[in-house]
Amino acid sequence: MDDLRIVERDVDAKETKISAKNVQVYYGDNHAIKDVNVEIADKTVTAFIGPSGCGKSTFLRCINRMNDTIDVCRVEGDIAIDGEDIYDRKVDPVQLRAKVGMVFQKPNPFPKSIYDNIAYGPRIHGLAKNKADLDNIVEQSLRRGAIWDEVKDRLHEPGTGLSGGQQQRLCIARAVATEPEVLLMDEPCSALDPIATAQVEELIDELRQNYSVVIVTHSMQQAARVSQKTAFFHLGYLVEYGETGTIFTNPEDPRTESYITGRIG
Amino acid sequence: MTDLSAGGIPAARPKSSLLTEDARTKKRNAAERRFKIYGLSAVLLGVAALVMLLISILGNGLSAFQQTYVTLQVELPAETLDKEGNRNRDEMAKVSTFGYSPLIAVAVENAVTEAGIETELSPQDQGDIISKEAAAQLRNFVLANPNVVGETITFEFLANGRIDGYLKDRVTRETAALDKNVSPGQLDLTDALQEAGILEQRFNWAFLTMPDASGQRPEAAGLGVAIMGSLYMMLIVLGLALPIGVAASIYLEEFAPKNRITDIIEVNISNLAAVPSIVFGILGLAIFINFAGLPQSAPIVGGLVLTLMTLPTIIIATRASLKSVPPSIRDAALGVGASKMQSVFHHVLPLAAPGILTGTIIGLAQALGETAPLLLIGMVAFVREYPSGPPEGFFDPASALPVQIYNWTQRSDPAFVERASGAIIVLLIFLVSMNALAIFLRRRFERRW
Repeated sequence: MDDLRIVERDVDAKETKISAKNVQVYYGDNHAIKDVNVEIADKTVTAFIGPSGCGKSTFLRCINRMNDTIDVCRVEGDIAIDGEDIYDRKVDPVQLRAKVGMVFQKPNPFPKSIYDNIAYGPRIHGLAKNKADLDNIVEQSLRRGAIWDEVKDRLHEPGTGLSGGQQQRLCIARAVATEPEVLLMDEPCSALDPIATAQVEELIDELRQNYSVVIVTHSMQQAARVSQKTAFFHLGYLVEYGETGTIFTNPEDPRTESYITGRIG
Repeated sequence: MTDLSAGGIPAARPKSSLLTEDARTKKRNAAERRFKIYGLSAVLLGVAALVMLLISILGNGLSAFQQTYVTLQVELPAETLDKEGNRNRDEMAKVSTFGYSPLIAVAVENAVTEAGIETELSPQDQGDIISKEAAAQLRNFVLANPNVVGETITFEFLANGRIDGYLKDRVTRETAALDKNVSPGQLDLTDALQEAGILEQRFNWAFLTMPDASGQRPEAAGLGVAIMGSLYMMLIVLGLALPIGVAASIYLEEFAPKNRITDIIEVNISNLAAVPSIVFGILGLAIFINFAGLPQSAPIVGGLVLTLMTLPTIIIATRASLKSVPPSIRDAALGVGASKMQSVFHHVLPLAAPGILTGTIIGLAQALGETAPLLLIGMVAFVREYPSGPPEGFFDPASALPVQIYNWTQRSDPAFVERASGAIIVLLIFLVSMNALAIFLRRRFERRW
């Protein structure tokens, strides 16, 4: 693992965006997440790494309450965004998800035109006052998704007709179109080739200017390349959390070291 | 990666050529060939059954679309048809069909004489080559157009069913000799009239538009009331089963918690799909007619019963097509902050629409051909009055296509065999076009990515 390029990082103390305390997640009788405490900073890329089935995706889906859609899933503990408990009774998960965007593992554009893919979120949240406004949002989002130049001439063609990498960037553009504050990415590059991956990673680095980005990844190189903070999950526990540089070069926990050097996982 | 060598390397296989089949391969290939033959013979058997069905139905029924008509000059004397002389429809209606029959008999006799045909038949027997329905036809025409009274008009009369059967080779001189309804002499007269151009066969639109007729008048029996009744029932089934079925499936598939109660509901919906249709008929009789007091023989009751029967089909088809929408689409919608309902109505439902439409149309087609429940709610009745327009017409007595077929096969006159087969052809045309529509819609909507 000596090919890790640790990018230079600005790890000045930033405000905490998401804070999780004593989070437990159960799938029926299966205790999937055990006692996770983590503070995720604003305007930072935080990577969750760990072997398959360690609970990193599950924890990610707790942050925008996507786990609510799974009947047997039960979440305990507190997760707060800007100090507000998102599991409070008064919180509407739909409102929360507008604030916490999500990009999924498999590119999943709607089977509609590229334009409608982006415009859907702003439309249902009433973000655009008129057509021109909406056009503007669509253009800005596609630009931020680094895909504008490739699709500007065919906005009304189906989004499903794009290549895998383009579809994933379209999905990222769709997620940013609703002006979220947090962007969750669940292995966004696992279905992409290296070139598309590089494009998406570059994009993630740009998105850091405006959002708190949380990314789950199987690739340690990717975590090292894009993130400032890294959390290592193992068997449902958050084993170690710290600056990416430290985690990869000087881990405290022997399990982290074993994983990073390829002995477990 | 160190335990690979632990088991030891297996002994090398004896060398064999790829150019010769070994015993195992031979056996496998033979099994495959055998299976192909079984499959092919099953398909051929099915096709043969279909071809036989079509040949028998088309052979028996196509002639129902041809009908024999006799064109006659008939005098309508004012003194018998309109005694008051004021062309008042209500007063003219007092003259029954008995007042019209002699006019037709005279018209036949005149036509025979004019054409120079020599016959030994009595005027009565000559008149009998015209349908018994003819007097009623003429009377209806006169009542609808009172001003023709006193004139001589050209009118097309239905020929008697036996005469029609003679032109369709169903009646021969041998059978006519044994038949009290027709004599060989009348058949000679028929030949002569046909030669004179007075009697001819034409396409039988009346078969599709006329109401049913009694057992003695097969030539006048038509499908009009049955088609209207079936159409009304299909409207009711479509209007009720589609929204109820789709709403139920969306709720069960997308919103309902997965627990014991929904499990029981699911099992029961599947069971409902397997309930014999006659049971639904009993249910309709007990609930809709006896309890709710809806009229018998009415399309509304038939429609409700068929709705109950079609619902499980639609629910099962809709749920299957909702299930086949990839969950990633739901995640995507929820992920951008759509509510559950928005994700269903904006994304899932449009993708499931082709499947839902197909299921609905197949359910409708099934309902269209259903007979048993309709027998129990009185739709097997003899109905000659057209139901009025919707929505009042839903409560008027009507028949239905499959019931009409059943009804005609019960009658003794062999001409009804032809009518029943003709009705089967009409029913099949409806079914095939509905299925074609289902295929067309599915293709059409699936093309949208």
